[in-house]
Amino acid sequence: MIGLEHYLIVAAILFTIGVLGIFINRRNVIVILMSIELILLAVNINFVAFSVFQHNLVGQVFTMLILTVAAAEAAIGLAILVVYFRNRGNIAVEDANMMKG
Amino acid sequence: MTEIVFYLFATILILSAGMVVASRNPVHAVLYLVLAFFNAAGLFLLIGAEFVAFILVIVYVGAVAVLFLFVVMMLDINFVDLRSGFSRYLPIGGAVGAVLLAQLVMLGLAWKTDPQLLSVVQAAGADAVDNTRAIGRLLYTDYFYAFQVSGLVLLVAMIGAICLTLRHRKDVRRQNVDQQLSREIADVITVVKVESGKGVQL
Repeated sequence: MIGLEHYLIVAAILFTIGVLGIFINRRNVIVILMSIELILLAVNINFVAFSVFQHNLVGQVFTMLILTVAAAEAAIGLAILVVYFRNRGNIAVEDANMMKG
Repeated sequence: MTEIVFYLFATILILSAGMVVASRNPVHAVLYLVLAFFNAAGLFLLIGAEFVAFILVIVYVGAVAVLFLFVVMMLDINFVDLRSGFSRYLPIGGAVGAVLLAQLVMLGLAWKTDPQLLSVVQAAGADAVDNTRAIGRLLYTDYFYAFQVSGLVLLVAMIGAICLTLRHRKDVRRQNVDQQLSREIADVITVVKVESGKGVQL
């Protein structure tokens, strides 16, 4: 029987893969954005699993709001990426120090 | 039967998520991301969250992944060069990932739902109607303002993305309607009387 903990463990593994992806692809901002999408997917799996196994639909409503924010984040991130590429000619974010911050 | 399907979906989901992070070609990474989203939608279908599953396929596969694919293919980037730090960051990333995974799995295994909670938080309309209708009943009543705000977030994101990427190029000639409409005959046409055999001095 598949229970809540199965879903929680799948989401935990997915979340970890996302964090690992951010760590090991420090230079490639496209893969970093995709890793963020994976992390948000893991969060969504948690929300839906808790929602179903506790018979409370609010979790699924919240999942839709997360999907909205994730789509907005991807659009803005990729727009920033396009502008960055236009200015710099590459997307190696490791040496993004134009503002001397 | 349900167990087999669950393990199938979960295995493919985790493997394809790993390939998103590890694959050399970013186009392949985006395609693995699509596969991961499809399998997550399968997992949602399995526990009866149909609406979220289909929204996931429509929004992520139909919009976000295609956007990623478009940007990856549009930009002319040397991706081999971008992977140079891969092995250097692997130990620290692996250590952080292992610690995080251990903590999350311990938390997931130790989770016990309070049986009192189940009776308290029964959502309105959650019984006897299908998933989509129940979500609609909840979304358009109690969470209506949150729904509107999410629409506003999308609007702001759209305006932001357009403002960021729009640029006015100087070397492109465009139609200027104002200028066209405000032209006078005297500004642009001169009537010249041409005498026979002498031609015109311009």
